[in-house]
Amino acid sequence: MFLSLIFANTFEDRCYFAVIFPMTGHKNYMYKSWWKILAVVLLVYTFTAGILIEVPRNPQLQETIRNLFFHVCMWFGMMILFIISVVHAIKYLRTGKHIHDIASRQYAGVGILFGLLGYITGAIWMSYTWIDSNKSFYDSFDSIAREPKLIGAAIALLVYAAYLVLRDSITDMDKKARISAVYNIFAFAMLFPSIWIIPRLLPSLHPGGSEGNPALNFKDASMNMRLVFYPAIAGWTLIGVWIATLKIRFKLLNE
Amino acid sequence: MNSTKHIYNLIKKDLLLEIRQQYSFYGILLYIIATIFVLYMTIREPEPKVWNGLFWVIQLFICINAVAKSFLQETRGRMLYFYSIVNPKDFMLAKLAFNSFLMLLMSFLSIILFSLFLGNPVQKAPQFIGLVLLGGWSLSLVFTFLSAIAAKAQQNAAIMAILGFPIIIPQLMLLMNLANTVFTDKTGIAASTLLLIVMLDILVIMLAVILFPFLWKD
Repeated sequence: MFLSLIFANTFEDRCYFAVIFPMTGHKNYMYKSWWKILAVVLLVYTFTAGILIEVPRNPQLQETIRNLFFHVCMWFGMMILFIISVVHAIKYLRTGKHIHDIASRQYAGVGILFGLLGYITGAIWMSYTWIDSNKSFYDSFDSIAREPKLIGAAIALLVYAAYLVLRDSITDMDKKARISAVYNIFAFAMLFPSIWIIPRLLPSLHPGGSEGNPALNFKDASMNMRLVFYPAIAGWTLIGVWIATLKIRFKLLNE
Repeated sequence: MNSTKHIYNLIKKDLLLEIRQQYSFYGILLYIIATIFVLYMTIREPEPKVWNGLFWVIQLFICINAVAKSFLQETRGRMLYFYSIVNPKDFMLAKLAFNSFLMLLMSFLSIILFSLFLGNPVQKAPQFIGLVLLGGWSLSLVFTFLSAIAAKAQQNAAIMAILGFPIIIPQLMLLMNLANTVFTDKTGIAASTLLLIVMLDILVIMLAVILFPFLWKD
């Protein structure tokens, strides 16, 4: 099914290419298919190898350690998509080309989707590892929500949700593009230092802080896992980019 | 030389406006007094931690109220006039300077009122005052720029809160963490965190100066 989707895409590409080429001036990455095939291959690999490989037995994590290939990749994907979004915002301000505004908006939207998926996979993971088994999920939520990584992610999602609200509140198209690009850049520049700062300020259960819990410091534990983890990041990110480019092309055709 | 003169004149103009239309100044003053009085009615002598939390949240709301109008008050015609006579960088710097001054004044007043009504758990007063002034300055810088965005979007102050809260959380957390140390004699203020806040402020000023020209042309 995936393969047929790809070929349908390339066929569509040929058709749309004739329409869009005069607008953008060059055949850019959006209309190429090799990276889409790569995304599918990497994800098929992630899903099969991620389930099958030998993983280290950690008394606390057990088989949930496989969630690394899904949960952590969502955050990587979110960050990369937000970075692409801000790059397009800068490009819009420099060139004033409308396509960059559309791209900036769509990448931010897919970034938010990845963030939400990251929260969901994280919630499933933590319900097996962090939650006090004597308390309900609801009762232990307030102690978990204090996690610095969660605060950072929540700020990121709130910022981009505010970005969407700001966009929708302006009716004039040029003005909307300009003002939201300015906010996008400003928010991004304020957001990313703080994502690196906050985890170093507060104590955390979450691995990957200033001094991760040695019991949870599994990233370095197994060469096996890295063999799946890095391709998984690339695969998830590429699929995010693919979704965003489909939305961008849909928007371009709409207008 | 020319640009410093422009900035000076623009600050003077804002100051003159503030003196002529005193209702807004007294409005903020009344806002501070009323909020702190309400807090006084509900909790008499809060613990240091609660005191600190309340203080910074009140600072945040004072800042939104004091700074929001800086761009919202400028009418379309007046903006067009400024557009034709001054450089956007000078305009932004003048606004930042004026709002910083306003917010420093308000922060100082709110410390006095807070310690008057809600008790004074602060052990190291000079450090705390310095920290509050730094905090007020940081808040005013971020919200001045957001006020420019909100004004261009032709929105009320509500959108400023939506845009600003997520962005200001990290700085507010840094400030609260630092401020928590002034309630005991033991620990000193971490210089590295202080430096970090100052660096963030400089970052905000630079971003505001770089990005404002894009906002302002219509």
